Amino acid sequence: MISNSVNLQEKAHWVWRETLEIHRRAPETRIASSLSPIEIFVALYYGGVLRIDPTNPRWIERDRCVISKGHGSICMYPILADLGFFPAEELQRVCKAGGILGGIPDPIIPGYETINGSLGHGLGVASGMALGLKRNGGRQSVFVVSGDGELHEGANWEAIMFASQHKLDNLHLIVDNNSISMLGFTDDIVSHDGLAKRLEAFGWQCVDVDGHNVLDLQSQLLNLKADLNGRPKALIARTLKGRGVPGLENEALAHILMPKADLLDSLLDADDAR
Amino acid sequence: MLVKPRAMRDALLEQIHRAMASDPSIFFVTADFGSPVLDRIRADHANRFVNVGIAEQNLINISAGLALEGYKVFAYAIAPFITMRCFEQIRVSLALLSEVRPMNVNLIGVGAGYSYVVSGPTHQCYEDITLMRALPNFQVMSPADHITAGMLFDRCVRELGPKYLRLDAQVLPPIYAEAAPKLADGFHVHRREGSICIVATGYMLHTAFAVAERLRGSGQTVGIIDLFDLTRFSRDRLRDELSRYQTIVSMEEGFAGRGGLDALLYNFIGHNAIDVKLLNIGVEGGYRFELGTRAELHEQVGIGPDVVTRRILDFSKSSPSFKNDQR
Repeated sequence: MISNSVNLQEKAHWVWRETLEIHRRAPETRIASSLSPIEIFVALYYGGVLRIDPTNPRWIERDRCVISKGHGSICMYPILADLGFFPAEELQRVCKAGGILGGIPDPIIPGYETINGSLGHGLGVASGMALGLKRNGGRQSVFVVSGDGELHEGANWEAIMFASQHKLDNLHLIVDNNSISMLGFTDDIVSHDGLAKRLEAFGWQCVDVDGHNVLDLQSQLLNLKADLNGRPKALIARTLKGRGVPGLENEALAHILMPKADLLDSLLDADDAR
Repeated sequence: MLVKPRAMRDALLEQIHRAMASDPSIFFVTADFGSPVLDRIRADHANRFVNVGIAEQNLINISAGLALEGYKVFAYAIAPFITMRCFEQIRVSLALLSEVRPMNVNLIGVGAGYSYVVSGPTHQCYEDITLMRALPNFQVMSPADHITAGMLFDRCVRELGPKYLRLDAQVLPPIYAEAAPKLADGFHVHRREGSICIVATGYMLHTAFAVAERLRGSGQTVGIIDLFDLTRFSRDRLRDELSRYQTIVSMEEGFAGRGGLDALLYNFIGHNAIDVKLLNIGVEGGYRFELGTRAELHEQVGIGPDVVTRRILDFSKSSPSFKNDQR
């Protein structure tokens, strides 16, 4: 099992750094949306939230983590390698022929549950998994990490209604609420203002947290997971797209901006000197 | 043997209902679409039945999730909606994902072609063969009667992978009352005579028999093949069958020249270098809003027995036998 003693903040910083390194080697990857959910994934994977066995990715008793963020989960690559899902050498050939780690993670990667890339499918599939587990008497939990932009996809709302109807309290939606989709701030496109209240109106239990406070994320997720109260759970994590990269952080077009190699070099050098 | 005509869906659902009693891994999901047999599934197996509401996108994703948890899933809805409303969910969550995570999901679409006669083009379905066979790992099956539809259950429950069953909404006369078709062949030869062979699927098999009767009146005999499995039919056997003829007539209750049965046969005949001419019978003239009986609508769009008979006779006259010309 995953040790709970790991320093989560240090781990999150290490993942941030590794993610930048991957992007420097593979500039085809989308970096900004992979920097906002780092603490979410660190809390899930190192914080004792997910029950998983890296040596047996398809372990039947595992908690299911459905990652739905498309391009925006490149930061999972160092995490899964670090945990032992696949050899760390894979990180050297992201987006390269013969590798398994693409610009969008696929389920050929040990540790990934489903197809990811076309947005808005994760929550529905996860709801089916949660229903199947419940009807089977299983005690495993299902987590979904979704971007806020992909909540524009209507199929999500079909699943949101479905999950509360069927009292899927083993289902947890974590929204990486960085407030920016590809062409700008969601408030200027189709707003998700008051997302927690909207989900509550649909029968979900919601918490709204600072998505970069990894310790708070950890404790909230552990609480939500333990609370089998007949309601699906949503954790709305307020995050910054492109976090920690000047010119990218919270920029309207962060999704399509590519930081220059020398900027990445100087950021990493400064980090070395830290 | 007297076999009462039945709806295809009832024959299939009855098999599912029966099997659910002994196989706890079968799960049934519907998008608010019913039938009397479905009521029995809901009553007797409530723990493995879910109505997702009028939400086909969710129907597919829920089905995928259930299948990932090991269930054999049957998903049930009106044909155009379970294929086209949610095509991207089908592509991503079923077709793509099942390449990595083998799963058993069976889409049952009711309302092939013009089955929903008076409901108009939203409920009619002339594109599904094209779309579903474009997904390379999908099995697409199109039975012509309830006996074949019921038989397909075994295939569905036994074999992993995504499948689409295209069922007629109307009660059609049984074709296979005497002897069931061989599922492994994927097609059944009803008549083997003359120089022209009609290859039909679904409801159009019934039209093929009507056309054959009319042609007989004009002194013309034809072969008839029911191609009920559009993806797994025996290539060798079908090649041997088609090679007997000089002209092949494809008949489908779907748009002509848009990638359906006609394209399937063009490709098959070309690939196997079978020396025949091909006449495609399918819906002509695009989307239409005329009202009428199914028989009347079929004549209007070029797939009714009268118009098809004329077209075959004209085709025979205007294109003398290719093989004879060669000799």
